Amino acid sequence: MQDFSQAFVQAFTLIGQADPTLIDIIALSLQVTFTAVSIACLLGFPLGAALAIGRFPGRMAFVVFLNSLMGLPPVVVGLVIYLFLSAAGPLGFLQLLYTPTAMVIAQVVLVTPIVAALARQVIEDLYSEYDEMLRAMNASRIQTICTLIVDARYSLLTSALAGLGRALAEVGAVIIVGGNIANVTRVMTTTIALETSKGELALALGLGIILIVLSILINAGLFLLKNSAQKRAYA
Amino acid sequence: MLKMNSDLALLAPAKPFSAHLPIQFEGVHLSFGKHLIFSSLNLEIGAQGITAIMGPNGAGKSLILRLLAGLLMPEQGSVRFNTLSRVPRDQIGFVFQRPVLLRRSVQDNLLHALAIAGVERGQRPFRADALLELGGMQHLAKSPARKLSGGEQQRLTLLRALAAKPGLLILDEPSASLDPQATALIENIVLRASQCGVKVIVVTHDQGQAARLSDEVMFVHKGRVHAIQATHEFLKTPASREAKAYLAGELLI
Amino acid sequence: MTKKIRLVTALLATGLFAHAHAADKFIIVQSTTSTQNSGLFDHLLPAFKAETGIEVRVVAVGTGQALKNAQNCDGDVVLVHAKAAEEKFVADGYGVKRIDVMYNDFVVVGPGNDPAGVAGSKEVVKSFKAIADKEALFASRGDDSGTHKKEQQLWKAANVDVKAASGKWYRETGSGIGATLNTGVGMGAYVLADRASWIAFGNKGNFKIAVEGDPTLFNQYGVIAVNPAKCPNVRTDLGNTFVNWLVSPKGQATIAAYKKNGDSLFFPNAGK
Repeated sequence: MQDFSQAFVQAFTLIGQADPTLIDIIALSLQVTFTAVSIACLLGFPLGAALAIGRFPGRMAFVVFLNSLMGLPPVVVGLVIYLFLSAAGPLGFLQLLYTPTAMVIAQVVLVTPIVAALARQVIEDLYSEYDEMLRAMNASRIQTICTLIVDARYSLLTSALAGLGRALAEVGAVIIVGGNIANVTRVMTTTIALETSKGELALALGLGIILIVLSILINAGLFLLKNSAQKRAYA
Repeated sequence: MLKMNSDLALLAPAKPFSAHLPIQFEGVHLSFGKHLIFSSLNLEIGAQGITAIMGPNGAGKSLILRLLAGLLMPEQGSVRFNTLSRVPRDQIGFVFQRPVLLRRSVQDNLLHALAIAGVERGQRPFRADALLELGGMQHLAKSPARKLSGGEQQRLTLLRALAAKPGLLILDEPSASLDPQATALIENIVLRASQCGVKVIVVTHDQGQAARLSDEVMFVHKGRVHAIQATHEFLKTPASREAKAYLAGELLI
Repeated sequence: MTKKIRLVTALLATGLFAHAHAADKFIIVQSTTSTQNSGLFDHLLPAFKAETGIEVRVVAVGTGQALKNAQNCDGDVVLVHAKAAEEKFVADGYGVKRIDVMYNDFVVVGPGNDPAGVAGSKEVVKSFKAIADKEALFASRGDDSGTHKKEQQLWKAANVDVKAASGKWYRETGSGIGATLNTGVGMGAYVLADRASWIAFGNKGNFKIAVEGDPTLFNQYGVIAVNPAKCPNVRTDLGNTFVNWLVSPKGQATIAAYKKNGDSLFFPNAGK
């Protein structure tokens, strides 16, 4: 119990001091996470939309498969990507192992299924409403996908936030492919893991509090952005 | 009747459509699950300005419209547009009974339709403005389309259907739930389009509307065409017994 | 719409090339969690960088994984503490040469109430036997690390079959030293740890060092440069600079100077 109160003290001290190492770690966490989620959305939204409107044999099986990919264990993804990026692996020549780029790749693999599966559901619901209208307008497949993505943008933002939550909180994949190297690939979650392993529980908890607050701030910020955008769109 | 020139520029079909008329159904079969709706249906819709389709509910009128628009395919038989073997989807505008609009502003809905129709990007704002003016909705340009009244929404879907300058305009009970004023606004636009050379096919229950708009009426009952007559004739002396009962408001079995 | 696209592209660019700003000169050292948790690297590496301008990036995992990673050519230098495994690494051709760097010792830590009655002992094999006989809880690393290998030697010398007891009084965490110590403290189990990790550990609870000073608990650290013949991408020159510096008088002095709470954690012994 003492750890908990100490944790809050630690958290406030770290923030108050604006500890430069902590700032770097937070900056890297945000960089890796936002990059990964952006790429995941660029891949996942069209994939989800295509799956929502597509009608082909085996479609339901593919949907089920995509949904189950949402539960990909991060540590397994980390291991697989390590094997690919390792010097002994097929992509070793890219020299990406133990770099933030490797961490972004791992998180893209983890987050894209989440974004795609949620997008598919959202767009499928919208499609049932717009289907006949778009067909009457003789819209092509691509035009249909674009129309649906744009009209579903606010619900899709929530899908993106789900992916963001997963990426920000994830440690299993990034610690394997990043190596948790000081000043290079150390992010909030891997730092918390390290401090815990050093028995510095109050510090680890303090960092955890900062991470949660960060997540709340990001979500609040995006919520406000979305609300003002919705208002501005219909002046 | 006013603004004839600007109307033509806005509403005249992008591609001449008269070559695709008459429209013929030949031996069309269509079923919905176990129900056989059309069995060897034959009909012809000619180049006459506006054709109204009337008949009791469940007669298959909406399905005929969808077959015309290429939204449904016959299981057997064919839908021919004169010498064309396929439905010219890019030249058809459709107005559904209930308006489905995008979750965007009124103007954006029109811009979207223009984009899908392949109108050049620079032209789109002008065309959208002209359409809004046609519909008397310029003041609503930035409003969320879904916040409009029923009549305004339906008018917008009509403007949208006309955005691509279709040669054929199909309307499925367009003013079914609208008040007389909103109905009049819609009919006005339909007439203007027809005057610019657009072929119009409209399903309606409203005898007054049929009288105001159409040149001929096709009466459909239980998946068969019972009569095609000039409108004033149909309304005074319908050719079939069922049509007479229908117009009198009697229950048809 | 286009504004958003530009913002996204900017983010992507910074994210993907975040590592491009890194030092031109760097090496990757595969080392152990024990060494990392002791804090030695935070003390040692800045000194090395100040002198040579080379950034050392440490990947801290269990000894087994460190050696495997190096076999995969994912490191330039290996710094672990499992002499037999290190010598095999070199014999198999993955490493150039194994060199002594420093030593410390292992200690057995245990709960304040000392259920096995081994506190104060200087004989570790006897203590292990006592722990087994009394079936006192023992938390093992169980992860093929240097610490784990040493622990297994001791059980063997004490004639105890821990495999049979796994899950009963013998708990295998399969983790690094930090997680194992956390688990041990949490369940009141004895743990074999290197002294440096224990001194640096922040969650001691009521635990104390129970057994120390036995010559068997000697813990030797070795450094190996990865063999460029097997790994063409290895940064041989920079790696050798690091190896040579570690065993040089300057490097050795820097190691000796690392203290925590006045206690030395590592004792340099290169070339001795």
